[in-house]
Amino acid sequence: MNAVLEPMDLKSEEMQLPAKHAAASLHEVTKRYSNGVVALDRVSLQLRSGEIVALLGPNGAGKSTAVKLMMGLTAPTAGTARVFGGDPRFAGNRLRTGVMLQVGRAPEMLRVREHIEIMRGYYPRPLSFADIVRAAGLEGIEERMFGQLSGGQKQRVLFALALAGDPDLIFLDEPTVGLDIEARRRMWAEIRQLRSRGKTILLTTHYLEEADALADQIIVLNKGRVVCEGTPAEVRATAAAQQDSSERGNGQSLSTSVKLLSFQTKLSREQILNLAGVQGVDANGAVVIVTSTAPESTLRELLALDTDLHGLEVRSPALEDAFLTLTTK
Amino acid sequence: MSSTALSLPYSYKRTNRLFAIFARETRYEFVRAMRTKAFSLSVIGFPVMFYLLFGVMNRGEAVHGQIVAKYMLASYAAFGVVGASLFGIGVGLAGERSSGWLELKRASPMPPLAYLAAKCVSAMAFGLIIANILCLIGIFAAGVHISAFEYLAICAMSFIGGVPFACMGLLLAMLLPANSAPGIVNLIYLPMSYCSGLWMPFSLLPKWMQHAAPWLPTYHLAQLMLRLIGYAQPAEVVRHILALAGFAMLFLGCAWIAFARGEADA
Repeated sequence: MNAVLEPMDLKSEEMQLPAKHAAASLHEVTKRYSNGVVALDRVSLQLRSGEIVALLGPNGAGKSTAVKLMMGLTAPTAGTARVFGGDPRFAGNRLRTGVMLQVGRAPEMLRVREHIEIMRGYYPRPLSFADIVRAAGLEGIEERMFGQLSGGQKQRVLFALALAGDPDLIFLDEPTVGLDIEARRRMWAEIRQLRSRGKTILLTTHYLEEADALADQIIVLNKGRVVCEGTPAEVRATAAAQQDSSERGNGQSLSTSVKLLSFQTKLSREQILNLAGVQGVDANGAVVIVTSTAPESTLRELLALDTDLHGLEVRSPALEDAFLTLTTK
Repeated sequence: MSSTALSLPYSYKRTNRLFAIFARETRYEFVRAMRTKAFSLSVIGFPVMFYLLFGVMNRGEAVHGQIVAKYMLASYAAFGVVGASLFGIGVGLAGERSSGWLELKRASPMPPLAYLAAKCVSAMAFGLIIANILCLIGIFAAGVHISAFEYLAICAMSFIGGVPFACMGLLLAMLLPANSAPGIVNLIYLPMSYCSGLWMPFSLLPKWMQHAAPWLPTYHLAQLMLRLIGYAQPAEVVRHILALAGFAMLFLGCAWIAFARGEADA
């Protein structure tokens, strides 16, 4: 390892600088609106090059403010926003970014082809028209007026506009909202395709399933602060650990292997609660659902106590559960 | 290869690309406006209809030695370009602002000036179209005699005259919510046009209105337009030009402040 990277050689100031390989970053950013609302409170985050990053949070968490700052649509009250090392507020620094925003109405009397041609024209080395049409699945509707398109088609045109310039960094704000399952899966495939071509993607989404399926890194925002970041598995584990420590109220070792066990049994609730690793017991009809931080031990004892136990399933807690734990404190 | 050999073609290419962006943006803005029938038919239709009603119907009449149909040819040309600017930019941009389209454009690498210039030139082109239609109606239906020079001058003024009102439209777009923009723009546009003598000869307006008219930008455009056919109120041309330039700066400045405030709170 390079000596420069040794922690001892770094001054604290240098450590806070965004890493070289970050495509975009917010550094100690605070955004206060004129009505006094603090949308972001000393938030630092980085989009690592070549990764899909999902920004999650309930409404009002500061997601869209964070994205707007990185797109250069507004300036931070304090701190710095950087895109490829430059200020995103200069149009010239946006030549390597593409944007898909939730748009109420795009100009309706322009054809799909015209919309794409206009956007392509802004970039020095855009994708070819044919590649854009293929990537966004617009075959056959190139000559339609935007106003004549269905909701899903409009969404795909907006996606096409984000790709048009062949940008290195792509912001996707709720890209699959209003799409049916098939169209959503298709867009996911396209987004993964972009990553495989080395693009960096920031997406905000309400669909936790989407973040789970796509993201390399999830950043959970709540009330203007980053409450958690990491891989989907890490976010789930952190949430489980938090739930664990808040329920136990002590500093017990934080387990990262929380599992949900569901089965049918004749054991009583009290008996199950006394098993090793069990954090909670829920019932769903005849099915019992147990949260365990030591699933192997729990299972061993469980199977020994009840030889008639059946319908056993073991699964990881959904990201949704983790998300709720993190944001409803 | 020397450094100049590298940098010259680059900047040349860059300028070319920038010009291409402006040209494309303008072309599509105009095409879009034309295809939007609710816009193009009303913006062209109203001055034409008013001219047919008040100009052509009064053919042969004169007020204080001025032929009404000729006066109105000039005044409705002014009315037309003002309408194209206020509705095209004021109402159009207010809609794109509220729908989030403007935000998407701003987040793209589009040069912001290209967006504004395209809207401005598109409105000016509508002014030019309206002036041409009015001139044809004037000559063939109202029996107005205008020289080739007067014809060209009216067309040119209808084009250039769009600039200060494009600035005004920009300010209105920054201030007005999209759903009430058309109504409020009409509420400003119509009385302002009336008080500036765009609908009837200025000398027929009440005296107090005539005194107040110089506070309206439309008055100055009307006077410049009327001067082209020798029907203006006695006053320095420079005064009108300076007044329009002043209004344009004022509108642009206020629009900029409104935009910056909105951006800080975006």
